[in-house]
Amino acid sequence: MIASQINFRNLLLTLIVFATVGIALGAGISNHWAAVPQKEHDRVNPLASNPQAALAGARVYEDHCAACHKSEARGDGHKRPALRNDQLGSRTDGDLQWFIRQGDLRHGMPSWSGLPEEQRWQVIAYLRTLK
Amino acid sequence: MLLLNKIRLSFGFLCLINLYLIQAGGRLHAQEKPYFVTYSQDLEEPGNLEIETKTALGQPDVSGRFGATAMEFEYGLRAWWTSELYLDGQATGGDSTIFTGFRVENRVRPLMTEHWINPLLYVEYENISGADKTIIEVVGHDSQSALAIPNGISRKEHQHELELKLILSSNLKHWNISENFLAEKDMNHSPWEFGYALGAARPLRASASRNNCTFCAEKFIAGVEAYGGLGDTFALTMRSTSHYIAPTIGWQLPKGLRASFSPGFGLTAVTLNRIYRVGLAYEFEQVGGHFRRSGE
Repeated sequence: MIASQINFRNLLLTLIVFATVGIALGAGISNHWAAVPQKEHDRVNPLASNPQAALAGARVYEDHCAACHKSEARGDGHKRPALRNDQLGSRTDGDLQWFIRQGDLRHGMPSWSGLPEEQRWQVIAYLRTLK
Repeated sequence: MLLLNKIRLSFGFLCLINLYLIQAGGRLHAQEKPYFVTYSQDLEEPGNLEIETKTALGQPDVSGRFGATAMEFEYGLRAWWTSELYLDGQATGGDSTIFTGFRVENRVRPLMTEHWINPLLYVEYENISGADKTIIEVVGHDSQSALAIPNGISRKEHQHELELKLILSSNLKHWNISENFLAEKDMNHSPWEFGYALGAARPLRASASRNNCTFCAEKFIAGVEAYGGLGDTFALTMRSTSHYIAPTIGWQLPKGLRASFSPGFGLTAVTLNRIYRVGLAYEFEQVGGHFRRSGE
């Protein structure tokens, strides 16, 4: 009788620990923008004033991003979000650079750290032109 | 001469496959590194299927030339999990052309965020014969003498192997630097065998051009690989085993094709003097989307 109570208590404790960890992870996932370090958040696109960068960024976008986020960053209306400037809201260029590099592996967005940083800035310059 | 004809036929067959793939439409993701042996942290994008052929051409000191091809089907199951199937075959001059077996592997990325060094875990099951000459890994005391055994004899040896790899990879500035440590066990009471592979690569230019181009510097990724055996549980050593160093270059071609080439040079007496590798790859985007219900 005592043994079964202890087992039940252990099971309950285990469930609580798993639930807590799950909730913590879930909170982390849903609020990934909050995880952007301040230093990254404050970064400015060095190519923002270069009109050629947006043109090059459009090519990079078509090669790497359009398969999921669709042409002109309109998204698929479901899991693959639109990335047009009005949907990006108050995200800074630094936020976007950080997010592209990190990805969101749990939700299907790969890390693009293998793409040179210049090309990531070019993509951001392109996204800023989409109203 | 016979081997050359076989290689020409195989190359022609691959070209036909690739022409078909080009007609099917699609794009290629240029993130891929031009490594033949080393794995980097790059995983297949979820839902994408990449088909790649990796061909090795070499000649042991005491036998005929050979050409061995591994055909690789790589699918992104999740952003953190990629699964692959390899089909291997080879043709040896003055001997025969045979299918040498298959491999199934899975790579997972346990950490969901990007770090200075990113670890990946790799598990592979191999069901191949002793005649396999693709040399996409070197372990234990592998040497060129095993490549000189006639196909009729070597194919009778069946290898059911489990292979584990720890992949460490970093993207620093424009460079990718990757280190692989592998342990392989033939399930027929053989000892664990160990090996390594190291790679470094970078694009020739970091920024993209605003116009479409075929020969732009950003379409090329150059690098170098080093790989070899580390002995087994009885003798953990770098001696009496194969070691190679191989410069490598990858080229993103129009219409979504990627080609890569690597001449490898043997560093020890038991290593092949030279090995030439050619790769052709094509990626089908969002194949998985065809099997998903709408709205998912």
